[in-house]
Amino acid sequence: MEFNENFILGCSAIGAGLALIAGIGPGVGQGIAAGHAAAAVGRNPGAKSDITSTMLLGQAVAETTGLYGLLIAMLLLFVKPLLP
Amino acid sequence: MTRGILLSSSVDIDFMVHGVFPYQFFGHTVWITTTHICLLIVLMVIIGFAIAANIAMKKATEVPGAFQNVVELVVEMLDNMIKTVMGKNAAKFANYIGTVFIFILICNFSGLLGLRPPTADYGVTLPLGLMTFTLIHFNKFKHKKVKGVLQELCDPWPIWAPINMIGNIAVPISLSLRLFANVLSGVVMMALVYGLLRFIAIGWPAVLHIYFDLFSGAIQTYVFCMLTMTYISDAIGDE
Repeated sequence: MEFNENFILGCSAIGAGLALIAGIGPGVGQGIAAGHAAAAVGRNPGAKSDITSTMLLGQAVAETTGLYGLLIAMLLLFVKPLLP
Repeated sequence: MTRGILLSSSVDIDFMVHGVFPYQFFGHTVWITTTHICLLIVLMVIIGFAIAANIAMKKATEVPGAFQNVVELVVEMLDNMIKTVMGKNAAKFANYIGTVFIFILICNFSGLLGLRPPTADYGVTLPLGLMTFTLIHFNKFKHKKVKGVLQELCDPWPIWAPINMIGNIAVPISLSLRLFANVLSGVVMMALVYGLLRFIAIGWPAVLHIYFDLFSGAIQTYVFCMLTMTYISDAIGDE
């Protein structure tokens, strides 16, 4: 079956949009991490710098899954692997 | 870009790696790209700083001058960071981690000067990840011997070996992809701002630069070095 090039590009764009749903997960995760860090600073204000660096490290690691979605979207939009 | 993300062709959004000139390498056509040029500039800056630091430290004084102070600050900061994670192994790896840290940091910051950050090219971050991978497994075999490595592979049962193997292989890929995708997302975002809002993008994108280049770049540098150090410490074990 032969598909029109524009049809494939349009479907790639829809796929790219769907791939970015992956951004929900890291958003929730980073929010939870930040909330707990805020609670920890409230309990122990002396350890603020330690808590902040640990939180940032954890958030950056949690961000990875969202970035995989971004990469897939970029591949679909710019490398266009589905085009014949 | 003929068919970009936008339908209007009057906007030029440009964040791709471009070839500058091709050359022949054992019968293959290989391109020198903008990444190579930016890498060269970054390396020039780092080497220049290193030579200046070397000269400054040769005639170091008891009460440090301005430049000597900066050099001492950088070295002390890196040493402290490495010592808090690696403990007694810090001395052996301080050079490598410090080098990687400064390299990635300057690469990420180079976006401020209008360069395309070299770390936004997977060809730069994958070797960094592979170096970490090599270091991890070299140290694992050196300190735990073949028996310990096999034991770790078959933990908790031998049937888990393939899954542990996949976990090992995923380490460099996730390390390099994390750095690459973070810097790339910054580059894309800045390209969109400058491409779409060309006429009103005066001054205020500096705020975005602070976030995407300085903040994000520094965090990702820190994360990369931190994870590298943690993995290597894990590989060495307690003894």
